[in-house]
Amino acid sequence: MLINLTLHVWRQKGPKDNGRFVTYPALQINTHMSFLEMLDVVNEQLMEKGEEPIAFEHDCREGICGSCGVMINGLPHGPNPMTATCQLHMRYFKDGDEIWIEPWRAKAFPVLRDLVVDRSAFDRIIQSGGFISANTGNAPEANAMPIPKQIADRSMDAAVCIGCGACVAACPNASAMLFTSAKVTHLGLLPQGQPERYERVQRMIARMDQEGFGNCSNHGSCEAACPVGIKVDFIARLNRDLLKAKLCGAGTPSAV
Amino acid sequence: MELNAKIPGGSIQEKWDRYRFDLKLVNAANKRKYSVIMVGTGLAGASGAASLAELGYQVYCYSYHDSPRRAHSIAAQGGINAAKNYQNDGDSIYRLFYDTVKGGDFRAREANVYRLSQISLNIIDQCVAQGVPFAREYSGYLSNRSFGGAQVSRTFYARGQTGQQLLLGAYQALARQIGLGTVQMFPRTEMLDMILVNGRARGIVTRNLVTGEVRSHLADAVVLATGGYSNVFYLSTNAKACNTTAIWRAYRRGAGFANPCYTQIHPTCIPQSGDYQSKLTLMSESLRNDGRIWVPKQPGDTRTPPQIPESERDYYLERIYPSYGNLSPRDIASRRAKEAVDQGRGVGEMKNGVYLDFAEALKRLGNTVIGERYGNLFEMYERITGENPYEVPMRIYPAPHYTMGGLWVDYNLMSTIPGLYVIGEANFSDHGANRLGASALMQGLADGYFILPYTIGDYLAQGKFERIDSGHAEVRAVEDETRQRYQKLLSINGKRTVDSLHRELGKIVWDYCGMGRNDAGLKKALEQIPKLRDEFWHNVRVPGSGDSLNQALEKAGRVADFFEMAELLCRDALAREESCGGHFREESQTEDGEARRDDARFAHAAVWEFTGVDKAPTRHVEPLNFEYVKPATRSYK
Ligand SMILES: Cc1cc2nc3c(=O)[nH]c(=O)nc-3n(C[C@H](O)[C@H](O)[C@H](O)COP(=O)(O)OP(=O)(O)OC[C@H]3O[C@@H](n4cnc5c(N)ncnc54)[C@H](O)[C@@H]3O)c2cc1C
Ligand code: FES
Repeated sequence: MLINLTLHVWRQKGPKDNGRFVTYPALQINTHMSFLEMLDVVNEQLMEKGEEPIAFEHDCREGICGSCGVMINGLPHGPNPMTATCQLHMRYFKDGDEIWIEPWRAKAFPVLRDLVVDRSAFDRIIQSGGFISANTGNAPEANAMPIPKQIADRSMDAAVCIGCGACVAACPNASAMLFTSAKVTHLGLLPQGQPERYERVQRMIARMDQEGFGNCSNHGSCEAACPVGIKVDFIARLNRDLLKAKLCGAGTPSAV
Repeated sequence: MELNAKIPGGSIQEKWDRYRFDLKLVNAANKRKYSVIMVGTGLAGASGAASLAELGYQVYCYSYHDSPRRAHSIAAQGGINAAKNYQNDGDSIYRLFYDTVKGGDFRAREANVYRLSQISLNIIDQCVAQGVPFAREYSGYLSNRSFGGAQVSRTFYARGQTGQQLLLGAYQALARQIGLGTVQMFPRTEMLDMILVNGRARGIVTRNLVTGEVRSHLADAVVLATGGYSNVFYLSTNAKACNTTAIWRAYRRGAGFANPCYTQIHPTCIPQSGDYQSKLTLMSESLRNDGRIWVPKQPGDTRTPPQIPESERDYYLERIYPSYGNLSPRDIASRRAKEAVDQGRGVGEMKNGVYLDFAEALKRLGNTVIGERYGNLFEMYERITGENPYEVPMRIYPAPHYTMGGLWVDYNLMSTIPGLYVIGEANFSDHGANRLGASALMQGLADGYFILPYTIGDYLAQGKFERIDSGHAEVRAVEDETRQRYQKLLSINGKRTVDSLHRELGKIVWDYCGMGRNDAGLKKALEQIPKLRDEFWHNVRVPGSGDSLNQALEKAGRVADFFEMAELLCRDALAREESCGGHFREESQTEDGEARRDDARFAHAAVWEFTGVDKAPTRHVEPLNFEYVKPATRSYK
């Protein structure tokens, strides 16, 4: 089926420029297309006219790399639950729809151009402690330490975060707690992650604050926006670890 | 061009151990005096950069992504092989070695493959230590599955997101080093050329994708970990930005390019739904464990699947290959699907797919069991196609997926340019003419964690590296050339978009150098590609400027290199007058349509040397010797 749409797209030349919405028609859009393919079609038309295409981030187009992500009618990644922008298909839109497309809005994610934002603050949070310090060659035999399946599974539930930033965009305070708690939980549940567990959470939170992300006030919009189902329970778990670390002193055996 | 593979002596079991002992070591205190450039932060690059930094080298690391975690490795679904033999089903280092050499259709180097199998054990240990949450049994021990037709269960996995979890493990190891200041990371920075000084690789020229700044970076050695070139076909399962520029530019500066025609077509992808299609989505091969592949017997049959009675269906893989059936190897399953579609028996609106039908499995095992096994894949399929595989059969079709070819490297993973190393999918090394499922992740991590860190030390230990800076004549020359190339792209101001030209190129390559290749078709492609390249350089339109984020310009640079690369791909396919692995020359087949290898003439790696843009490259060969696994014809009947 073919549908016609009106797009209102945020255009901004560079980090220091002012942006504004520009309206484009998107005509004869096949409903089998993905949302990004629809933008490709609009961009091809713009370029044929010699205009600059709408810049947006994307790569895998399979919902796993975390590159894509825009606000679609005020919702991060659009209306479909558990769906990244690249996996959203046009059959969820109707002929005549108007669609407002904006970048993630957060102080810690400055806009670089149009719909592209700088999410390197996430990388710096990981650099501050989101790892297990196991140098290459350190490892013992993999099956030497059995890990209960329930724990491995739960750790995996947290590890699937794709780092897209939708949680920050959804949060009224632009907090990065869901992202940070997913990593703290992934590593903190595993026996290998224990030695650095309390140190890790403190460092990551400190870095998060330093990057200008807001505080978490238990809104829960982050969970609703997450394309891979990261749960707010992980934030509660992070808070418990943080409290324990503060009370007992990070890194001391008593914290364990 | 000299091709010395530097394969160490001794029995295959001892080669790597002995060799490591013979390698020169850099004194621990001296390591920080040496610097290494790592281009790419996928599994190979991230693991390599982290390991080198842990040893004490100064590492500069580059990626065109905004974060190392976005590399295409993240998309791998199925799993990673290792010869742990945890299932006690008879696996061993030797068996993984044997399977890989055979699966590669006897076109890989035995010594490399054996080393890869040995190292596979350490990889799993390392990943678990980093916190990669592999699937486990209720006992708490690691779980395995059989993958891609292997007869033993040696594949480790993390749900359908194995690549993601392995990459995040390597990314975190890298992030730790960045935090410690031992690795300097340059995200959103694309390598556009190589710098050689006195014949050795000493640097790269990059463009900052946000500011447009073109500049050089210098070091004592350069490593490329830049992934594969399947996007030469335009439509493939690779991420949109995957490209050939890094290895192509190195080739133009003297690195030999080996076996470009070895490309792998994956049999189970979602067929194209229209001209706007931007990429193809892989559906995990595990689906073939329970799905049955069929097409209608009659060409042009437009009935829906339930309307077609059993007697009018052709389960062609089960028919032709009774012992392997739906689990036949990737190349065979792909070719047979193409044959069915070419005969007009394709299914779906565009008649461009074959059915992968779960009806029988659903009847036998029930929705719950099938849901447990494939639930997430079924959902993904439905999200993309709007069809529910519990009710109607899936439609699948082969798509370009992986490239076994790449820059030639010796046993040290060094290319023909001294000081230039190539790791991961970017090199040609271990998979021969066909890669087995779950072996790319293994190879990328073997190269990065456990091979490169030793072998590069040997080179650095011997080097006397002259000091060079950005004022050096060679450096300035390459920088200037790069600026001019990008300026030229912006100034053509023609009528066609980059994508439209890339799409057209992709179609030529797919039609003539895809699943089936023949002399006449390849010659036609070799006529058409230069013409289209010419059109590109005269008629492409790249809006915007070079001094800011300009995605059209980024693409234009990559596609310009694909245009040159495509020609080499076809040339190599033309020269290899045999069928092997993913390379099927229609002239070289048996009476019943199976690939026919020609060991007498082609038991070698073909290595191409650049001689100039409009000049024919020179073909060199590295002979392959098989001492342990004797070449035999693969039979899956
Ligand atoms: C859909 C899919 C599923 C797969 N599933 C499996 C599987 O189950 N098991 C398996 O073993 N294999 C699988 N593979 C294959 C495997 O994922 C890849 O071969 C492997 O991950 C490649 O890793 P790499 O590190 O070599 O390159 P990549 O992960 O592609 O990384 C390339 C890196 O280089 C950078 N780069 C490239 N060019 C430049 C440049 N010019 N300048 C700066 N940076 C550059 C990129 O930014 C990126 O960081 C799959 C592949 C696909 C497409
Ligand atoms: S493009 Fe990779 S998650 Fe959407």
